[in-house]
Amino acid sequence: MEILDILLSASFWAAAIRIASPLIFAALGELICERAGVLNLGIEGIMVVGAFAGWMSVYAGLGLWGGVLVAMLSGMAFGLLHGVLTVPFGLSQHVVGLGITLLATSLTYYVYRVALPEVTSPPKIAAFQPFEIPILSDIPLVGTALFSQTPLTYLAFALVPLVALVLTRTPLGLAIRAAGENPSAVAAQGLSVSGLRIGAVVVGSGLMAVGGAFLTMSAFNSFFFEMVNGRGWICIALVVFGSWKPGKTLLGAILFAAFDALQIRVQQTSLGADVPYQIFLMAPYLLSILALVVMARRAQVPAALMVPFNKGSR
Amino acid sequence: MRLEPIAEPGLGRTLGLPLLALAGTIVIASLLALLAGGAPFSVLGLIIKGAVGSKFAALETLNRATPLIFTGLAVAVAFRAKLWNIGAEAQLYVGAVVTVVLGTGALAWPAATLLPTLALAAIAAGAVMLLVPTFLKTRLGVDEVVTTLLLNFVILLWVSYLLEGPLKDPMGMGWPKSARLITEARLPRLIDGLRLHWGFGLALLSAALVWVIQTRTTLGFEMRATGLNREAARFAGIPVTRVLIKTAALSGGLAALAGFSEVAGLKGSLTLDLSPGFGYTGIIVAMLALLHPLGVVVAALFVAGIFVGADSMSRAAGVPTYIADIMLATALLLMVLAIMLTRFRIRRD
Repeated sequence: MEILDILLSASFWAAAIRIASPLIFAALGELICERAGVLNLGIEGIMVVGAFAGWMSVYAGLGLWGGVLVAMLSGMAFGLLHGVLTVPFGLSQHVVGLGITLLATSLTYYVYRVALPEVTSPPKIAAFQPFEIPILSDIPLVGTALFSQTPLTYLAFALVPLVALVLTRTPLGLAIRAAGENPSAVAAQGLSVSGLRIGAVVVGSGLMAVGGAFLTMSAFNSFFFEMVNGRGWICIALVVFGSWKPGKTLLGAILFAAFDALQIRVQQTSLGADVPYQIFLMAPYLLSILALVVMARRAQVPAALMVPFNKGSR
Repeated sequence: MRLEPIAEPGLGRTLGLPLLALAGTIVIASLLALLAGGAPFSVLGLIIKGAVGSKFAALETLNRATPLIFTGLAVAVAFRAKLWNIGAEAQLYVGAVVTVVLGTGALAWPAATLLPTLALAAIAAGAVMLLVPTFLKTRLGVDEVVTTLLLNFVILLWVSYLLEGPLKDPMGMGWPKSARLITEARLPRLIDGLRLHWGFGLALLSAALVWVIQTRTTLGFEMRATGLNREAARFAGIPVTRVLIKTAALSGGLAALAGFSEVAGLKGSLTLDLSPGFGYTGIIVAMLALLHPLGVVVAALFVAGIFVGADSMSRAAGVPTYIADIMLATALLLMVLAIMLTRFRIRRD
């Protein structure tokens, strides 16, 4: 019954919410890109850039929110590159995305080495501290889990309804969704499909970078190689799992994070002593694949996802 | 702006633009080397010297190109049929695992029968590895980009488990490393006394074979038609699902041969760092080759040259090794752009 004890502990859920936070930022970013019709496989690299840029800015004395801003802007720069190559030029979104990931990751490591040549273990920064929301944080279990987090977590959760609202209730959101469903109709309205798609990729990439920055500025307080460790790829699965809807994607992120937090704890129980640790580490990936299989039938893929749009041809 | 197809691109365009992309890559790499404290103009020289400057360097480049030819071919055949195989890394590792399981004494046969058996077993394992995502795609509509990508992580963890458990070498001083292959299971050297092994020959043979399949057989035609327009192909009576399954078997098998060749030809045993991302680099190789099987050989040699050359350059000039990765990413992005511009021209509205 050790597992039940874990599931009923506040620290477990607090950890799950913390693990979910970077995934929420990045998955929302990916969702915005894909809703506009662009698959962004640059996500993994853009998260690395965000993690490094946020950390480096704070280390250089820019302040925490300044660091978040720098991280977002660096992510947006790579988003712009991705958008320009895939939208007006119509290059393969798979190839450009993987290219951006390789470019962003290797450039980050390069800048790290050039900026801090002598450093062997990366210095810690004074990161975001948990902020206990008065009254709400006193609620048993839920209070500790949800309302004693760092400001970036609150921001992540606040962004979910905001993105949902913008996408479904505003003309801009309608235009973005139409760019991913039926770009010809958007063009017929006199709107720029390229503009909408590039804009969506730039904004989405900014969010991915903030997701990366969460890792250095709210979780590990330091930057090290491999720290993003496949989280970007998981976010791509989360978007499919969430049927391209912000609310369901949030749910997917929390489920995934809960599972991840659980496997860390189960490893320390008697069960963990018998089962090789690799099985626990594999579980989140296998779970993602399983979730995709379950959700595939009901998923509403944006009809024009990965389809380039060229005004000249029909 | 919009893009307008060019009916007959001139020779200047078809050759000039890719060369311009290469020049751009070199300029960027030189600037980065300068910023890191190296001398910019020596970078190119040092890379070329490091890649092909001596017999040892050139053979090292050929060795490094071998797994890239296999993974590049694997990606190229799949992408041509629009089967987005991002999982060559996983397929490579299962190929290596099978080679180690059967080649460390389980089958005590002479080399003439053992080596083909190992290769075929690896191919079969790699094929199954890609058939699962392909089956999920054709039957259940699960996106294969995500499944093949996620399976890379699963397989790497599985290999890590094997190397710390069932496949761990008892003589390995505690390192997560498999036992060594028996002598009969080792691919012989291509030239006596030099490190280059028959895996390279097998890679060239595979490229030729894929080229024949794609240009001279019905399957090749069906794969191309399926890739161009799946609906139209289905309408024309091409059994699209069966073609995708055959493509998956071929692609997964080729990637697994990279694992077989690295273990049997070069390393002799399995470790967790058998592949420094050969599966992912295969995507770059395939794209630089325009998905052409013979182009894959040239592109793999080029990419291997950058890796080997940049490695030696970074040692000589004291700049970070990541410059090789930056060069590859830049070359990839500029090259796909250049290739597109050889076929389209930009018109302003």
